[in-house]
Amino acid sequence: MDIPLQAILSQAMLGLNNGAFYALLSLGLAVIFGMLNVVNFAHGAFYMLGAFVALLGYDYLGQWLGNADMRLSFWAALLVAPIVVGLLGVIVEKTMLQRLYKVDHLYGLLLTFGLALIFEGVFTNYFNVAGEPYNAKPEVLEGAVNLGFMFFPKYRLFSIVLSLTVCFGVWYLIERTRLGSYLRAGTENPDVTRAFGIDVPKLRTFTYFLGVALAGLAGVVAAPIYSVSPKMGSDLIIIVFAVVVIGGMGSIMGAILTGLALGLLEGLVKVFYPPLANTVIFIVMALVLLWRPAGLFGKEA
Amino acid sequence: MQARFKHLALVVAGALSGAAMAGPISGDVVKIGILTDMSGVYASLGGKGSVAAAQMAVADFGGKVLGKPIEIVSADHQNKADIGAAKAREWFDTQGVDMVNDLLNSGVAIAVQKVGAEKKKIVIVNGAGSTALTNKECSPYGVHYAYDTYSLAKGTATALMKQGLDSWYFLTADYAFGQSLEAETTKVVGVLGGKVLGGVKHPLSSTDFSSYLLQAQNSGAKVIGLANAGGDFVNAVKQAKEFGIKQTLVGLLVFDTDVKALGLNAAQGMKFTTAYTWDLNAETRAFGNKYLAKTGSMPTMVQAAVYSSTMHYLNAVKAAGTDDPDAVMKKMRDTPINDFFAKNGKIREDGRMVHDMYLVEVKKPNESRSVWDMLKLVSTIPGEQAFKPLAGSECPLVKK
Repeated sequence: MDIPLQAILSQAMLGLNNGAFYALLSLGLAVIFGMLNVVNFAHGAFYMLGAFVALLGYDYLGQWLGNADMRLSFWAALLVAPIVVGLLGVIVEKTMLQRLYKVDHLYGLLLTFGLALIFEGVFTNYFNVAGEPYNAKPEVLEGAVNLGFMFFPKYRLFSIVLSLTVCFGVWYLIERTRLGSYLRAGTENPDVTRAFGIDVPKLRTFTYFLGVALAGLAGVVAAPIYSVSPKMGSDLIIIVFAVVVIGGMGSIMGAILTGLALGLLEGLVKVFYPPLANTVIFIVMALVLLWRPAGLFGKEA
Repeated sequence: MQARFKHLALVVAGALSGAAMAGPISGDVVKIGILTDMSGVYASLGGKGSVAAAQMAVADFGGKVLGKPIEIVSADHQNKADIGAAKAREWFDTQGVDMVNDLLNSGVAIAVQKVGAEKKKIVIVNGAGSTALTNKECSPYGVHYAYDTYSLAKGTATALMKQGLDSWYFLTADYAFGQSLEAETTKVVGVLGGKVLGGVKHPLSSTDFSSYLLQAQNSGAKVIGLANAGGDFVNAVKQAKEFGIKQTLVGLLVFDTDVKALGLNAAQGMKFTTAYTWDLNAETRAFGNKYLAKTGSMPTMVQAAVYSSTMHYLNAVKAAGTDDPDAVMKKMRDTPINDFFAKNGKIREDGRMVHDMYLVEVKKPNESRSVWDMLKLVSTIPGEQAFKPLAGSECPLVKK
């Protein structure tokens, strides 16, 4: 089989692009699972909501406020959408999720799965499932750069850099700062942490906010590349769960590195044997679970 | 005494003829089922817009046929053959539906047409394109009305081959329709002396085409043929632009709404084959504007065909004096279709409705004077050339 190096390199770049997405999404899941022990099935829905906040902010905000020229720019959406989605997450956590920490994981999973279906259903009612185009891609990121072996769209390059920066920023926050140590202590031993005068329920709410906001951010970053559709979350969430399982449930660095690696692997498989591309991640998952049931970076229970 | 008897006789005769009038329409209502994609990748080509088109046809017909009301019901076939077939079965068996129209997906259309053949109910396919519907899978109660993959391939591939674009690579939606479209185009390209260098199949409703597009680019083919439709087509063209792909990108099945979604900037110069676009002549404009006023969007060829075929069906019911499927089918075949959609259109014994097709080109942004002013006519392809001749048909119903 003769495959030019150029093809391999360009598919690897695309793989890295997908991998950065997987990393950003699985990171949020890993944070929520690692700190709260909640399997957040609504993650895909929050990702979709993030994209919709950006879309609605650009296309409809002006109309709603009675000033047609007012639009939420892409840069503003990068900040606003995660906050809006995060606050929605806070409402969910305060009113529902909070009551389920003491019971089996399964209840949290069922609740978040149900929420995902509700969000998706509501948006399907009002928007075309085929997707709406998001036209707010900033001028500076139009066009492509010549990487020597391919033309790579500037926007995709930007999305890789942004995702990776955010991923490592969050890792640093949780593993290396004082706030992070509180968060981890709150999961390890909530009673002792509370005895030190730290407000554990507030920490938990913050953690859910953080995880969900990451999903919202991923949604904004995805909006200019793919069309914004109510089903965009459920299409992606299965792969992202596989990434988290392979990386080790709850491992922050595991989620980031596995996301990147699997994106790359998927890209390369598209060169060598395209029909396998959709399944390769699940094959890896099965093999990893046989070999290391806690995942590559997980702690053995 | 005699006068009274006469009166009585008149009343009885009147009552009898009334009863006789009620007989020919099953269930005292003509029910038309629009089975379509309400929420998936093809929803914008048919979907709610197809239901609106059928409702317009019923309203324009007068709401009643042979004195009985006409009712429209609709359902989402979700692009799944088993769901579509089950819905059609339920409609025919328990809801008294007389005719099913639209069907946006070839897999679904083949399954539903089979149910129709089994239950002796008329099935009119407008959304789906596979030529299997009028060949191996043909049905005495099936009509393939708007277009098919043969006519698309013939029109578009012939035009491009004439420009010297003779090496092709396909991006194909991986199911009955995409495969049929790729196969028909490959045949046309081969007959005209061109070459197909390869192709890649993608799942229906994909979001990321970048990897497939790069493979197409590396193949060195002059033309990248997109044997997909709707959202898939739009995403593929957008991403090709994003990656600066220089080859000629050609959509083998393109709808007016797709061009609108892409914008003229991205789509300009693209040639494709269609059965209807609103700006062809006074009649097509009249229908287009009426539909636009009602729905807020110009009709796609599928939605226009739903209107036209529903009208043709209702006229046939009226002419036959019954909604009995055999009688109505005979009338539908015997009567040529003359409206804004087709001139002298004819339904053949294999179920194919033969009419002219149009090769159109997307205008440059500076040529367009309004939002829907997007296409210009390149040439009209006469029906006999546009569709596969009966002589080559694999349909067992065709007498040779």
